[in-house]
Amino acid sequence: MRHLLGTDGLAPEVATQVLDSAETMKQTLLGREVRKLPTLRGRTVITVFYENSTRTRVSFELAGKWMSADVVNVSAGGSSAGKGESLRDTALTLSAAGADCVVLRHPASGAAHRLAGWLEGTGTAVVNAGDGMHEHPTQALLDAATLRERLGDVAGRRVAIVGDVLHSRVARSNVHLLAALGAEVVVVAPPTLLPAGIDSWPVTVSHSIDAELPTVDAVMMLRVQAERMHGAFFPSAREYSVGFGLNEARAALLPEHAVVLHPGPMLRGMEIAAPVADAPSSAITEQVRNGVHVRMAILYHLLAAGAEEGQQ
Amino acid sequence: MAPHTRGAGETAGQRELLTADDVARTIARMAHQVIEKTALGSEAASPVVLLGIPTRGATLAARLAERIRTFSGIDVPYGTLDITLYRDDLRHHPTRPLEHMEMPGEGVDDRVVILVDDVLFSGRSVRAALDALREHGRPRAVQLAVLVDRGHRELPIRADYVGKNMPTARDEDVAVQLDEVDGRDAVLLNQARTGSEDAAAAGQERHESEGDRT
Repeated sequence: MRHLLGTDGLAPEVATQVLDSAETMKQTLLGREVRKLPTLRGRTVITVFYENSTRTRVSFELAGKWMSADVVNVSAGGSSAGKGESLRDTALTLSAAGADCVVLRHPASGAAHRLAGWLEGTGTAVVNAGDGMHEHPTQALLDAATLRERLGDVAGRRVAIVGDVLHSRVARSNVHLLAALGAEVVVVAPPTLLPAGIDSWPVTVSHSIDAELPTVDAVMMLRVQAERMHGAFFPSAREYSVGFGLNEARAALLPEHAVVLHPGPMLRGMEIAAPVADAPSSAITEQVRNGVHVRMAILYHLLAAGAEEGQQ
Repeated sequence: MAPHTRGAGETAGQRELLTADDVARTIARMAHQVIEKTALGSEAASPVVLLGIPTRGATLAARLAERIRTFSGIDVPYGTLDITLYRDDLRHHPTRPLEHMEMPGEGVDDRVVILVDDVLFSGRSVRAALDALREHGRPRAVQLAVLVDRGHRELPIRADYVGKNMPTARDEDVAVQLDEVDGRDAVLLNQARTGSEDAAAAGQERHESEGDRT
């Protein structure tokens, strides 16, 4: 693995390797007093976030630090981006400063791909930590890790992804990864929140959450992304919640073993009711915990081996 | 060198140093030595734990434990200790898959931990194992058992139990084969190979001297 830009086209064997490594990382650190591995000593990871984030930024920072990498965080507000520096120049600056890996979150779809192109030949790896409405591969991997842990396996399981699919990079990354790993994915959303071209996705589409819940092994609720909505996608928040929110009555339709996932941040009362989010069937905090281990595994696979001997 | 006739299972450039029977006898002898040196079963003795370094060290640890049980009637807990995350040569190899770790439930605190590996070469694997072990607790003592000691140490490390000492040339390669992993028991000496083959093999065959070559 040279970069991790998306799950579209990610080989299932590579994804499985990362998930296996994440499981081992978790097992390795379990019950430790000191969560520190020497594995990435001397490596530098720079996280660059042009969008707000709590869990992704924190878990990447922890993942790097727990493996003894030096982690530097750059946010758009406090960087030269505020003075008008282009993303390309920022990237080349970070690479020149000695970044072995740049973790990028950017509001523009495709930003991570462009970055990887600009950094070709520098030996700096790029991880996409969310680019606009395109992909968020590390989230999909940690979701898969959580499903594997809860359900034993992803292959053959039926997973519903519910909500604002149109604006969701989490949904895109999950659809590709889950399909590649052999899961059956059903996307549930009002027609206004489905992207054009969804016919070409490896999913079935449904507009009724109540019809799907009784037959799924897992349901993934998506946040309604008000910040990306510049039009009338549904009449009111209340109406969306009634039509597509996972309330307690709906949660009761789920099979006993089914898992409730949410990539966070949650809007309690909107797409998910508070008691459902806190119920034992909810794996939302496990997702966050697994996020650190999955990102450790990703950094391990990208950075541990000497990528280009000649360039060191 | 003594005249040598090629045995079963050998190919050109390869010599069988230990046969399946030799391997079984060697492990049996090492089990007796462990029992003697750790005073296993006596009142004053500290409890013993065997920890194998994957892949073949883990298999050897299980076999040693079985032999020790047969000879002394004492169940010695055994497990595996993955050292991948502690290696000092990660940068010089393609990404290594992580191995599963299995710590015996009793842990390692205040026990005599015997690290078990197939081949002792540079000693770097053992150094990594000592670092990895430290994260799991504070053993009373740490000892080292290896099936083959082939020399060429790069660190001040010495084994407490050696199945067989085998002087080798640096560019030769000692391959331990065990039934559980390879389908048969044997120790093979591969003659020096050309540089390019060697580099390819270093990436592919992780068990060969556990990647200690740099």
